[in-house]
Amino acid sequence: MADLTARTPPPTARRRSPTAGARSAAARRRSPNAPPRSFLWARRIFLTALTGFVLLPVYVMLSSSLKPLSDVSGAFHWLPSELTVRPYLDIWRTVPLVRYFTNSLIVAGSATVCSVVIAVFAAYAVSRYRFRGKRLFTVTVLSTQMFPGILFLLPLFLIYVNIGNATGLALYGSRGGLILTYLTFSLPFSIWMLAGYFASVPRELDEAAYVDGCGALGALFRIVVPAALPGIVAVAVYAFMTAWGEVLFASVMTNDTTRTLSIGLQGYSTQNDVYWNQVMAASLVVSVPVVAGFLLLQRYLVAGLTAGAVK
Amino acid sequence: MRRLPVRLRRAGLPYLLLLPALLLELLVHLVPMVIGVAMSFKELTHLFLGNWGAAPWKALGNYRISVDVHAPVGAALLHSFWVTCVFSVLAVGLCWLLGTAAAVFLQEDFRGRGLLRAVFLTPYALPVYAAVITWAFMFQRDNGLVNHVLHDQLHLTDGRPFWLLGDNSFYALLAVAVWKTWPFAFLVVMAALQNIPKDLYEAAALDGAGRLRQLRRITLPALRPVNQVLVLVLFLWTFNDFNTPYVLFGKAAPKAADLLSVHIYQASFATWNFGTGSAMSVLLLLFLLVVTAGYLLATSRGRKHADG
Repeated sequence: MADLTARTPPPTARRRSPTAGARSAAARRRSPNAPPRSFLWARRIFLTALTGFVLLPVYVMLSSSLKPLSDVSGAFHWLPSELTVRPYLDIWRTVPLVRYFTNSLIVAGSATVCSVVIAVFAAYAVSRYRFRGKRLFTVTVLSTQMFPGILFLLPLFLIYVNIGNATGLALYGSRGGLILTYLTFSLPFSIWMLAGYFASVPRELDEAAYVDGCGALGALFRIVVPAALPGIVAVAVYAFMTAWGEVLFASVMTNDTTRTLSIGLQGYSTQNDVYWNQVMAASLVVSVPVVAGFLLLQRYLVAGLTAGAVK
Repeated sequence: MRRLPVRLRRAGLPYLLLLPALLLELLVHLVPMVIGVAMSFKELTHLFLGNWGAAPWKALGNYRISVDVHAPVGAALLHSFWVTCVFSVLAVGLCWLLGTAAAVFLQEDFRGRGLLRAVFLTPYALPVYAAVITWAFMFQRDNGLVNHVLHDQLHLTDGRPFWLLGDNSFYALLAVAVWKTWPFAFLVVMAALQNIPKDLYEAAALDGAGRLRQLRRITLPALRPVNQVLVLVLFLWTFNDFNTPYVLFGKAAPKAADLLSVHIYQASFATWNFGTGSAMSVLLLLFLLVVTAGYLLATSRGRKHADG
């Protein structure tokens, strides 16, 4: 984890020439707003403490995942008594991690694709047209984001059980049912964020496409979607991340064969023992894909999140 | 479609584009909400789970049970409500404070700024359960880092306190929630800071204003509109959070850290009493609606006032 963050190139890092230090010192003397010494110290202390707080669990995750079981069962120690990669081999056997991985991948992936595809059309309508009921629609979409998940969980659970009893259709416990419940949170924010991205694509581009003989859908797919592609990818990553980390619906709507990672990781604790080194190794393994995606796309995500939050 | 007059086609197009979204919104939001409200008026126990239409009508009975603070169910709900309120206010305050401070300190360029930014966003990117499980390990009484540091290394505590049981659990939950949520505040404030013109700071510096004065006179006023939205979003998130307490404590949270989402979940699934659970959910929603409406009214009035 820590390793991964270190390797990601900092987005605002500047290349420094050997004379950069001298130059910035000169610039500092000229600038009327050069930071005073007290500010620099306050910044140093605060940022160091915050980095420690942020990275503490990451360090625990990484170091504990390389410890033998005897190390993590006794009192905590900062360093492993011996380095071992055994936990990384054992995690696949202690619980059916591959199956949980597959389930999470299918559920989070499908929920992402569904919500992004449907949201592209809806966001285009919201960002380009005036129509009756537009305000009602946007307010509804926005407000469902503030509703607690528990509000939807109970009725959806009941609906699934009743549909199952009436038609024999096994929605409850199935991946399809879980995907549908994930749309309760991924669809609203996809619509919301995509509408923000689409609004930033100049309308003149659509109009040019119309002049060239495109219809509305042509303009959407030839002009708006390509222009907003980084935004669409960022929304997809965000939707995937949220679904990948979801616990509430997964804890009720899954069974032994459809269990996702969020619930499956509990399998490393037995009646007598918790295999903490394996828990940490598995946590690290399931984190790497989403953290990598997030850090690669964080810039686009920031733009979308703030567009949604500020406007 | 082709034969319709152009004007009608144009008018219908936005609705056509919205159709899939509308259908799904109906399916995952509106229908469940209607059913949820209907459930709250019924005596819905495990006996009627498979055929909920046959459950006996209970009128406002579930609501009466939920708000009767002299009976166990209502008293527990009220307690959970207060815990959630205090918890949310503290968590939002701390998240805002950390996020703003970090964003302000990273406003000017210096070596390592980009790296720090990526580091600070890590808690936000980690899957909730993986991160919270790690915290649960750190808070273990005998083999956790927290007690090792506090007791073995700094000798600050008598013996090894429990962190995931009893009164301490509130602080453990708060630490984890703040750790997980503050990067969002950081993200939003950082983006907002980029829109403040640099000349404002230069001009203020020429007039002899130090950093603190610049913060008070330029940065914080410029952040006001963003902060209003940010605080509301943070509040709703922490107030509704289920993942953090559930992964940290398991199915039943300790009394001191019994947030509403887990409380309602437990009240519904432990006793299979869905009617009461639904009534509690509806009450929670009503409360959130009132708070949000009041907050939006208050902040928009403040804005009008400020604009003159």
